[in-house]
Amino acid sequence: MTRLRTRVSTVVAALAVTALTACGGSQQEAPAKNADGSTTLDMWTFADVHATYYEEMAERWNEANPDNEIKLEVTVYPYDDMHNKLQLAVNSGEGLPDVVDIEVNKFANFVKGENPPLVDLTEAAAPYQDDVVQARLDLYSKDGKVYGFPTHVGAFTTFYNTEALEGAGIDYTTIKTWDDFKEAGVRYNEETGKAFGVASTSVMFLEPLITAQLGGKFFDADGNVQVNSPEVVETLALMKDMQDAGAISTIPGGSPDSEEAYGAINDGDYAAIVYPAWYTSRFVDYMPDLAGKVAIAPAPVTDDAVVQTIGGGGTGASVPAVSPNKDLAAEWLAFAKLSPEANVAVWQVLGFDPVNMAVWEDEDVTKDPENKFNEYFQTNLFDVLGEVKDGIGHFESFSDPNWPTVDDTFRTVTLNEIYENGTSAQDALDQTQADLQNQLGQ
Amino acid sequence: MKQLLYSKRLAPYLFILPFLVTLAVFWIVPLGRSFVMSTQEVLYGQATFIGLDNYERLWRDRIFWQALYNSLRYTVLTLVLLIPIPLVLAALINSNIGSTRIKTFFKASMFVPALTSVVVAGIVFRLIFAESDVAIMNQVADFLGFGPVRWLRGDATGLVALLAIALWRWTGVNTMYFLAGMQAIPTEYYEAASIDGASKVRQFIHITIPNIRPTIVYVVTISVYGGLSMFLESFMLYAGNNSPNNQGLTVVGYLYRKGIEENDLGFASAVGVVLLAVIMAINISYLVASGTFKKEAA
Repeated sequence: MTRLRTRVSTVVAALAVTALTACGGSQQEAPAKNADGSTTLDMWTFADVHATYYEEMAERWNEANPDNEIKLEVTVYPYDDMHNKLQLAVNSGEGLPDVVDIEVNKFANFVKGENPPLVDLTEAAAPYQDDVVQARLDLYSKDGKVYGFPTHVGAFTTFYNTEALEGAGIDYTTIKTWDDFKEAGVRYNEETGKAFGVASTSVMFLEPLITAQLGGKFFDADGNVQVNSPEVVETLALMKDMQDAGAISTIPGGSPDSEEAYGAINDGDYAAIVYPAWYTSRFVDYMPDLAGKVAIAPAPVTDDAVVQTIGGGGTGASVPAVSPNKDLAAEWLAFAKLSPEANVAVWQVLGFDPVNMAVWEDEDVTKDPENKFNEYFQTNLFDVLGEVKDGIGHFESFSDPNWPTVDDTFRTVTLNEIYENGTSAQDALDQTQADLQNQLGQ
Repeated sequence: MKQLLYSKRLAPYLFILPFLVTLAVFWIVPLGRSFVMSTQEVLYGQATFIGLDNYERLWRDRIFWQALYNSLRYTVLTLVLLIPIPLVLAALINSNIGSTRIKTFFKASMFVPALTSVVVAGIVFRLIFAESDVAIMNQVADFLGFGPVRWLRGDATGLVALLAIALWRWTGVNTMYFLAGMQAIPTEYYEAASIDGASKVRQFIHITIPNIRPTIVYVVTISVYGGLSMFLESFMLYAGNNSPNNQGLTVVGYLYRKGIEENDLGFASAVGVVLLAVIMAINISYLVASGTFKKEAA
């Protein structure tokens, strides 16, 4: 009996040890190479077009580095699913990919605390530092360390449906400020009875843009939330005023970047979309009826604007710290996102405004008449970007650790209150400020 | 070894061991961890003890109360709909009205929704309740002479959509529970009652309902739990956790938003602990009131 008990307890103890070791597998494994000498890199992304792009960049890397080939395996998940899955994975340190796309509004979640679960990519970025728009690297940096590589600048531009505007006798080239925009919108709305611009409730882009132009922020100097500061109130009041006057309206689906909205814009129900430059791809892919009828122009500015535009939206590609192949992953990622040839591909494949400015000057690339984006639009995106090139600011609030919560609250409550329920900007923002202070424990 | 297995004292424990182990590993330990985490600020690889700060924030959090209100409202309305309707349907199936073949088909088809995935159903319902005037519900509204309605934008209409999913999905299951209960009632009771001249309605009220009371108690208990922990339906219907003005936000949705989407696991644990307390309070008081804990009267 005693002997039996000893034997049983030995087995149990052995099992327990095995189980514990299995659970504690987060320590680093050595880089593993495949039989043919290549290294497999797992990647997660949330956009199908990104996957196409990365696969292309993996091929080009292999051509340039035959002795250090990679085998890229991209998995595309839906937006929310991917970020939630990643959140669970980084908290447990298990089941992480080697490279991952993190959307800008979620990025701050992953660099919280003293030891973020992402690799410091500063060194990998160094060779390209001079040509890349610094504001976009700042977006994915914390305490001077770069944790993610940007895909695009996302400078704000306005997409005008010129056919619709001509019918109402409006010349879009005269629209420079938000006052001009409002005036044109009111006139268009009176002439045609249709909507001009968009007041989005499920996406917050225009509000940070105008706040930045006014020189404001969503947080105070100590990093405490301050969404009822004079500049933010002025921003929302300006938007509300435009909506009341008829210059902007809400859109089916809540923002221009949704299936329901593509249909409405394609039908000519909205004539002026102020959105980051990457919206070009949505026109080309989802609104074929408007080919040749859309002109790109800079986004309107406020009087005495502090910055002309900021980058809106974006995706930071990062390398999780526990990846066994992190050095190779970082090196490849820098090549795939920051190198000049990668940035040419960003424009050619994705139609985004690349972060490497050297590409903006290369007329063979930017003016290519065969390019599907150049074929679609009346004006050249890079001419527009050239006008705002020196006025692209970094909106610090985007990289605040609490930005995800602020963005979330605005998209669910505040913007709905103001644009849908008619609450005044001051009241809605005071309420939001109280909610956020409590939620963030400030 | 033989002695061990045949020991009368040990055998019962051995038999319930698998259950106890699962309960401990998947329930008690996580529960304990949640209590601990609810008093911490959790970041990557660091957890700091902050006492009851999370609960204090929760108490003052308007959105949490809104979520709790949404969950309670949904639970009450599902009870109002999902107890009487299946009860009547079960009684109809159990009665001798109509042909057996039709009733069997009806029974089977009512159960099918419970077998489909909520994810798929949620997407389909989102399209049914879409804003566009060609969406099914707006076609119906148009036929009835009103609309188009922006279903998922309004608080009340959004709730209608959520209840429609619940009704579609759970009517069949609850009907089955009640039917099983009814079929266990001896037919002599009904014979005696009809000899005494009791109508069908009186038989239903005085024989059927009292006899299936244990079933009703069971269905109410799981419905309270199911209603308060509802999440996926709302998540799918609104294509994510962010509904306009949080009208579709439930307590579990809020837990998910805080813990997973905003990486505030300590706070989310506090939400979970409070939800557990609320569900236990409601269910235990209901079970006590309905006499479930009383020893069977001799």
